[in-house]
Amino acid sequence: MSPAARIIGSVAVIGVVVVAGAVWFIRGPGPLAFADGPRVALADYKGADPTGVPAELAKANIVERGAYLAKAADCMVCHTTAGGKEYAGGLGFKLPFGTLYSTNITPDKETGIGNYSDRDFLNALHRGTRRDGARLYPAMPFTSYTYISDADALAIKAYLFSLPPVRAAAPQNTLMFPFNQRWAMTFWSVVFNPDTRFEPDSSKSPEWNRGAYLAEALAHCGECHTPRNLAFALDNRRKFGGALTAGWRAFNISSDKATGVGAWRDEDLVSYLSTGHAAGHGTASGPMGEAVDHSFSQFAPQDIRALVAFLRSVPPTASADLPATLAPPAPASHKDGGGIADSRGKLVFEGACVSCHGWTGQSPISPFATLTGAWAVNDPSATNVAQIVISGTKRHAPEGVISMPAFGNAYSDIEIAAVANYVTARFGSKGSSMTAQDVAELRKQTAQ
Amino acid sequence: MIKLTINGEPKSFDVPSDMPLLWVLRDVLGMTGTKFGCGIAQCGACTVHVEGKPVRSCMLPVGAVHDRPVTTIEGIGASPAGAKIQKAWLDLEVIQCGYCQSGQIMSAAALLASTPNPDDSDIDAAMAGNICRCGTYVRIRAAIKHAASQRQS
Amino acid sequence: MTTAEKISGHISRRHVLTGSLAGGFLLAFHLPLRATNEPVQPPDVTEGKFAPNAFIRIDTAGKTTLIMPQVEMGQGTYTSIPMILAEELDADFSQVMLEHAPPSDKIYGNPMFGIQATGNSNSVRAWWTPLRTTAASARAMLVQAAAKQWQVDPSSCTTASSEVIHAASGRRLSYGALALAASSEVPPKNVPLKDPKDFVLIGKPLKRLDTPDKVNGKVIYGIDAMLPGMKFATLARCPVFGGKVAKVDDSAARKILGVQKIVVLDDLVAVVGDHMWAAKKGLEALVIDWDEGPNARINSKDIWQDLRAASEKDGAVAKTRGDIAKGLATGEKFEASYELPFLAHATMEPVNATVHLKPDSLEIWTGTQVMTRVQSEAAKAAGLPVDKVIVNQHLLGGGFGRKLEPDMVVAAVRIAKQVDGPVKVLWTREEDMQHDVYRPAYRDTIAASLSGGKIVGWKYRVSGSSVMARWFPPGFQKGVDIDGVDSAIDMPYEIPNFHVEFQRVEPPAVPTGFWRGVGPNNNVFAIECFMDELARKAGKDPIAFRRDMLTTQPRFLAAIDLVAEKSNWGQPLPPRVGRGICVQPSFASFIATVVEAEVDEQGEVRLRRITSAVDTGIAVNPDTVRAQLEGGLIFGLTAALYGEITIDKGRVQQSNFNDYRMLRINQTPKIDIHVMKSGEAPGGIGETGAAAGPPALRNAIYAATGVALRRLPIDRALIAGGKKA
Ligand code: FES
Ligand code: FES
Repeated sequence: MSPAARIIGSVAVIGVVVVAGAVWFIRGPGPLAFADGPRVALADYKGADPTGVPAELAKANIVERGAYLAKAADCMVCHTTAGGKEYAGGLGFKLPFGTLYSTNITPDKETGIGNYSDRDFLNALHRGTRRDGARLYPAMPFTSYTYISDADALAIKAYLFSLPPVRAAAPQNTLMFPFNQRWAMTFWSVVFNPDTRFEPDSSKSPEWNRGAYLAEALAHCGECHTPRNLAFALDNRRKFGGALTAGWRAFNISSDKATGVGAWRDEDLVSYLSTGHAAGHGTASGPMGEAVDHSFSQFAPQDIRALVAFLRSVPPTASADLPATLAPPAPASHKDGGGIADSRGKLVFEGACVSCHGWTGQSPISPFATLTGAWAVNDPSATNVAQIVISGTKRHAPEGVISMPAFGNAYSDIEIAAVANYVTARFGSKGSSMTAQDVAELRKQTAQ
Repeated sequence: MIKLTINGEPKSFDVPSDMPLLWVLRDVLGMTGTKFGCGIAQCGACTVHVEGKPVRSCMLPVGAVHDRPVTTIEGIGASPAGAKIQKAWLDLEVIQCGYCQSGQIMSAAALLASTPNPDDSDIDAAMAGNICRCGTYVRIRAAIKHAASQRQS
Repeated sequence: MTTAEKISGHISRRHVLTGSLAGGFLLAFHLPLRATNEPVQPPDVTEGKFAPNAFIRIDTAGKTTLIMPQVEMGQGTYTSIPMILAEELDADFSQVMLEHAPPSDKIYGNPMFGIQATGNSNSVRAWWTPLRTTAASARAMLVQAAAKQWQVDPSSCTTASSEVIHAASGRRLSYGALALAASSEVPPKNVPLKDPKDFVLIGKPLKRLDTPDKVNGKVIYGIDAMLPGMKFATLARCPVFGGKVAKVDDSAARKILGVQKIVVLDDLVAVVGDHMWAAKKGLEALVIDWDEGPNARINSKDIWQDLRAASEKDGAVAKTRGDIAKGLATGEKFEASYELPFLAHATMEPVNATVHLKPDSLEIWTGTQVMTRVQSEAAKAAGLPVDKVIVNQHLLGGGFGRKLEPDMVVAAVRIAKQVDGPVKVLWTREEDMQHDVYRPAYRDTIAASLSGGKIVGWKYRVSGSSVMARWFPPGFQKGVDIDGVDSAIDMPYEIPNFHVEFQRVEPPAVPTGFWRGVGPNNNVFAIECFMDELARKAGKDPIAFRRDMLTTQPRFLAAIDLVAEKSNWGQPLPPRVGRGICVQPSFASFIATVVEAEVDEQGEVRLRRITSAVDTGIAVNPDTVRAQLEGGLIFGLTAALYGEITIDKGRVQQSNFNDYRMLRINQTPKIDIHVMKSGEAPGGIGETGAAAGPPALRNAIYAATGVALRRLPIDRALIAGGKKA
């Protein structure tokens, strides 16, 4: 070997090592690495099967089981437009580099997935590959769905195929170069998609394993709540530490006491997941609200409890930008308390907001509209406050539907920033200083 | 069967508990003084008092009222603040079409009861949630001040 | 038949009966408005009463009932009309009762329209002379009866406070005592009317007759009609204009407690329930497939593009004087165009109608500005003769032109065909806003030339839909909509070469109608905005510029001078604060308005102060005049700041007060209205403020920022700091 060849050779070796190291570093730990217990193949697991449907549905037919699992995987939310036909796709995801549209997953043969074989379906779900071989973008959470068992995946397929086919071609994506190069996703997948099915942790309880399966494979919590790395993959070093997704802040759901859910009682978590609200902790809105309405609220109670058990085990990650304590109710008089300095914010608040939220932040109408204690108003970025003002929210409370209308079309960015700053100053422990530009930015990020 | 105390009188009726108080008042009890304007807590036309506090009845599920007493425009004249406000409204001829005014009066009466001498910012804080399409705002402001200046009758 | 004849003849027995059967309710001074929801029992007017005409009844106890031809929607007509009648009748105002007139174009038709409609700010204007004559004639009959009894010359008798007085002998007889005798008197011809200096009621800020029961919840609007066994319904039309129902899945809706019936018609779906809540929830639970039809692609952008293109073409000439070509060629020429959007009415009381359809009759409870039209359209929808349709008129929770349309009643009748017993059909606010009959979008183009600091040529073209062509075809002739050019053909400035055109451009599918201020709310805006721009070109103060062209208009000059003084015109202001003026001739009133406003660096506008001086002739009730201007200004300014209905995919994008904003009390400035003394005949007032606010505000913004906005609503981005015209 010539010296030159040797040099080239060693550079190549070093290169490979560096790339491998970089990949290993960027990829980081898997979603369940924190548990650190012995993994066994599903078939070898001794406890109750963590996959599949709750006991009451065990005898149900495949379509009914699929329906439950499809809800648990929350397929519909992304594959349905507002007012559109269910599962017919077309929902836009506004990304910094263009808009991606979800696809039609009804069994229509031309515009949907009517021609998908079982294999095609599993390839899409587990590997992010379309029937025509093209690569899916990770807006489709296949790096989570890859953990779904084949049986469960096929039950979901059976359910989808039981639906009426809807003819609806999804709009063309408007991604710019290089993001419009689907083939590039091959490399991404190689690095970031483990392409393995769920493996129980034999050192943990069956409930924990069920929770892990629900959270990781189906509900794909991390897709919103785990921060992403430079390559847009989940960074499980800060698992569930909170992230900004589609213009909304998904708060920290690690077991950190101050800024996560470590201090929440079990019943608070159960209530929040199953109704979208927990007394003293605010109300889910935005994407989490949709997840509650379409997914968690339909979970069997034992599945909610399993999720909670799993959540409890996720190690604490602190959110440095969130205050350590939440603000108590604001004073009853409009003249006292934080936020009084922002006259424009107050102008908007006293006209459009106070009727429901009260001067104290405790709603005279419904606990769902109480602001006190909610992360949204204690978040000094005010992201979710502004988003809710822009697009409104609607929850199915036990006492009926409770909704807030969207103000985004009639209130200016200046007014929305002002009212968000007023609200966080009055009802949170640290006021925000949002600008009109910030609001304009949020509007851009919000999915259609 | 839901039981409520409205303007001091016990009422009971059989309705779903998610039914907003507004429709119970208007359509079940025939108390049409409380008005429907928007249904989304943006106009204040439906304002009633629950335990003396102004609440938008279009959004308040009747099942959430429990045993807290309700006062409506039909009964507000029995309270000193309500009577003063009603009189001031007539003295200053506030009203045009009048459709929003049940709500305006309920909001104003609650303000006067809690803040006997309201300044402009108090009036804004209490009244900005009440829309008047006829634009009677300047007189509403003046009438509240007029009512506050009247001695207890 | 002349107007006077039309209304002064004896009311026939049949009319009286119809009237009392259909009459909505009685109002009495100091007495509560009827607190019941049942129709009024017919008062016995066939005998024992003095009923000299269709408007006045005096019973033997002296109770005077005045029949109101115009509807009360907040404008105070239930007080000003009785004041006019009571003044010439010399009736004791505290004894006056009101009753709403039954539908009859023949007897109660608005003398200016010929049909029974309330609008165009003309209740007082139109009825001023006819009602005074009517009342004076009734008074003369009472005097004749008394004089006969006393054997004296009628001219030696006077009247006051419902009594005939013979001063020489000190004798007096009450109207009640004379009621029967007066009935057999022949009404005299050419009765003299009072000299305005002798008015005892007119000109006084009397308390309104309709307000006492508006403070205690007793007043009954159309929405409050309650009948035994009544059902409640709410409806949905296709969100796309003109769309039809394709398929309805009502399986979930049927399961909702209280839902009684799902009514599916070709263009709407209604749910009938035990209460509105059941109906509303039922409607939400329906899965409706709409056949959106051909309009699913229309949008605001295209509508504006078409309107802009059409507005550049010649229109029909509405008025011309001098030589416009020569005028525009003299001096320096300037051009501009102004655009005003579609607007919703958003009356505070959402659209509703209660109907009871039986095989051979129909009864309606609603508040409408067009009673006879409601009656005839409802009859058509029900397939019944008009005289089988009874309309109970209620107070309106705002009209603003929305209730010049009978569509809500027609829809209710169509739904009622499938309902046993009475049904109240109430629209949600969202339905109300998305299926309104909108104020048209307009584009106004102006070319004007300046010479020696004055306008020498003025060419003005209004482009937009013609409401008259649909609503009142005689008002649209030779391509000109008389309302569409109102305040444009009669703009007060002295301009030698003057030319006004109308260009009818109908938007696809969007229904358009009258909206408070009608034609003037468009024209006054364009004209007064351009006046300010021209003043600047001429290097003159906006008021001085206007004054120089109003040399023969003393009423305008007086109003302008007063408003200038009261608004501190010309006094220094902080940076980014400006005053703007609007001068308007609309509705035969002479009004000058100054708005003072601040525009902050981010382009947000704060109203600081509004001042108006108004010469509306004899102000029947000056307090009502003030109130109407205050409210009208807020109404207009709300539109200027926020109002715009936009359309996308054939649908209205606004839905409720969250996205169709209203000015609130915390944005409302001090408003000073100065009502000027005048002996002239009364002008109209109800809509004037709506036309005055927007141009005055826009001109204030122009003064504050130098940015000449030419479109409403105000675009904050254009007036944010640093921007200059
Ligand atoms: S109807 Fe309740 S606030 Fe408008
Ligand atoms: S008085 Fe008409 S809406 Fe207020």
